[in-house]
Amino acid sequence: MRWISPASLSRRGMLNMNRRNVDYIARYNDRSAYPLVDNKLKTKLVAEEYDVATPALRQVVSQQHQISHFRERVAGLNGFAIKPAKGSGGKGIMVITRREDDSFIKASGAAVSLRHLERHLSNILAGLYSLGGSPDVAIVEDLIQCSSTLTDYSFQGVPDIRIIVFRGYPVMAMLRLATRASDGKANLHQGAIGVGIDIATGRSLNAVQFNRPVKMHPDTGLALEHIQIEDWHTMLVMASRCYEATGLGYMGADLVLDQHDGPTLLELNARPGLAIQMANGKGLLPRLKYIESLKRTHLTPEARVEYAMSVFSHAGNLSAPRRTTKRQPAFA
Amino acid sequence: MKSRYPFYIAIALLIFTGVGIATLRHFELGIPWLSGEERPVWLVEARVDFRANGDPVLVSLNLPDDPPGFHVLSEQAASPGYGFSIVNDKGDRRGEWSIRQANGPQTLYYKAQFIPDPDVQPHPPEQPPEPDTVYWEEPQATAAHEVLALAAEKSSTPESMTRELIKLIRSSDPNQNTALLLAGNDDVDVLVKLLNYADIPARVSEGIMLEDARRRQPLRPFLEIFDGDHWLTFNPQTGEQGLPENVLLWSRNTTSLLDVMGGNQSVVSFAMLRQTVPALQLARAESMKNGLGFLSLYQLPIEEQSMFRMLLLLPLGAMVVVFMRVIVGIRTSGTFMPVLIAVAFLQTSLGPGLVTFITVVALGLLLRGYLSNLNLLLVSRIATLIILVIFMSTAISIVGYQMGFNTGMTVTFFPMVILAWTIERMSILWEEEGPHEVFVQGGGSLLVAVLAYLAMSLPIAGHLTFNFPELHLIILAVILLMGQYTGYKLSELRRFHPMQEYD
Repeated sequence: MRWISPASLSRRGMLNMNRRNVDYIARYNDRSAYPLVDNKLKTKLVAEEYDVATPALRQVVSQQHQISHFRERVAGLNGFAIKPAKGSGGKGIMVITRREDDSFIKASGAAVSLRHLERHLSNILAGLYSLGGSPDVAIVEDLIQCSSTLTDYSFQGVPDIRIIVFRGYPVMAMLRLATRASDGKANLHQGAIGVGIDIATGRSLNAVQFNRPVKMHPDTGLALEHIQIEDWHTMLVMASRCYEATGLGYMGADLVLDQHDGPTLLELNARPGLAIQMANGKGLLPRLKYIESLKRTHLTPEARVEYAMSVFSHAGNLSAPRRTTKRQPAFA
Repeated sequence: MKSRYPFYIAIALLIFTGVGIATLRHFELGIPWLSGEERPVWLVEARVDFRANGDPVLVSLNLPDDPPGFHVLSEQAASPGYGFSIVNDKGDRRGEWSIRQANGPQTLYYKAQFIPDPDVQPHPPEQPPEPDTVYWEEPQATAAHEVLALAAEKSSTPESMTRELIKLIRSSDPNQNTALLLAGNDDVDVLVKLLNYADIPARVSEGIMLEDARRRQPLRPFLEIFDGDHWLTFNPQTGEQGLPENVLLWSRNTTSLLDVMGGNQSVVSFAMLRQTVPALQLARAESMKNGLGFLSLYQLPIEEQSMFRMLLLLPLGAMVVVFMRVIVGIRTSGTFMPVLIAVAFLQTSLGPGLVTFITVVALGLLLRGYLSNLNLLLVSRIATLIILVIFMSTAISIVGYQMGFNTGMTVTFFPMVILAWTIERMSILWEEEGPHEVFVQGGGSLLVAVLAYLAMSLPIAGHLTFNFPELHLIILAVILLMGQYTGYKLSELRRFHPMQEYD
């Protein structure tokens, strides 16, 4: 067993679970805004209003009897994703990439029958994947065609980019790559790889799997050191807009890079996890405190992104936040 | 940032109030800090239920009068709207409730505290009682003669005569005469009749077996004979002479236990609770008769008291859960499921409890594996699981009992619905995150449950939580304080240790 001392963690500015819950989630996230992010259907609608692209919605299954029509309504679709609207942590998401005769092929390559999908839908409706087991609806979305630059890095599954947005400023980001261990899911605690991304440049920093630093992808064998996210600025602006859309002060925005549509918002999370710090090799606290110490915040998403890109460079040092605020004009 | 001072002042107030009231009650009422310095007191409650039919009601209940082996510490009657008085009618002590008009179901309580004291013997009667005159019809008269002659042959004193008679009556292979006497009659009544017929004054007394936290107990008959100086007690089942220590003779020398005028369907049942009262308080209560203090739970009906005893342990378990999750960072399946399991452990004791819990959950996971193929809706799947869990519990009980383990039956103390949900959650966890996560969370839950059990089963914990309910203010304060803890969890010190490599 290896341990790290609390003093050493606090010197690195590591945000911990209790502090995140009390000082950030409870303080900056209004309960009434939770349904907006806990329900993917609502997220989609509100994101659309703020010009944030989301995958095209194909079908909403909200009643048990609608399941029998599921087959006809997906007849025209080759690949699609079934998601519980109120699911959390990627639970209950089923990605179908193509069809073969009567069976549907999952992202992992496994073939499943129509019956299996119908049972999955019925489970979603009964609330198996929703918070607290409340009844839920299932949404069927277009499959994301991930940009080819990133697909290669991921073992099946779609790589997504998690950006922590604090009071509208993107403060930390990571790229999540599915692995064989994570069953094609981009979920860190299931074994996906987290690659820290420099806010200033969109370049990869460190990478971790199961909280351990790794240098290359265990399944694809590709080095994880020199990944450059395309359209990085757009992506940050989209994440930042979600602040206006939801009013949540502390959230995680999960985006993907679609081959045709560019940056696309997958979901928002009002309780983003802490593993992003491990992927970046840096604690969140200094950056969060830096934003908290701003006397006046910037009004537009674009301005906030400019500002964040200028101050949160990985190489840069945040040692004197107050002086920097004075020198920088509050409105860019 | 908001000021935290009001919060900390509130915490300090809570702790101060808790400690203050507890100290005050310790010194004023003499409730001891430790459970050791106490004497047992039996609180017995008679509950009369009947249905009033709209007329004036008079309920008369026989009350214990100097029962042998006990003395009465306090007695009181609780019954809304009724007048209550205790009357003494030729040595028959009765409580009488009266009301001008009552309708519908009525419940009356009488409760008394008894201190066990082997020295207490009833006063011998002023006048030796006369045997009742008994008339038998033929052929019973001849049979009675025969039986008495048979018993007299083997006995020399009224006591030995009584024992022989009980043996004859209770014999597994009764002869013609006893069979004739018993036909259609109650054993004990026949015994009393026979003894009186033999010129030995005899009567039926009724007593209760004292067992902690029992409810709805009936009275059991005991045989009493007069040997010339004292009334002697016999167990009419075994013929054993003398009164067992745990039997309280409730009604002696009475014509009827309960009379109800103006009502019907009357039932009397007894509940009892073993309390511990310090010797100091006993002295105080015996002199003042009301010294139990208004801030204590002793005034409540006994059924509620036994419930509170369990309920008041829960905050302790909750505190353990908060500590383990907030400070240590152990993952459990279901936030407070461990506390409920710990409460079940309190009833089953730890070893058998753990074994049955793990057995039921493991079997449940196997069955659940089959259920997941059936394509059921969530609600009906959980309902099916509940039924399966009940089946499994029954099976475990029966198999355990047949194999001679009474512990198998303790499975009934587990909350079935919680078990079903635990199985469901574990099963989902298994499907989604793999067996590793199931063992982590299941093990975490069990660890927390065992720790909560250990905390709650400490004798001192049970004593303090029940006798000093105000100490819960301190538990509350501690939980509130832990809710403010924003430092690292113990588990995070391990989780984040790879950060050392980024230097």
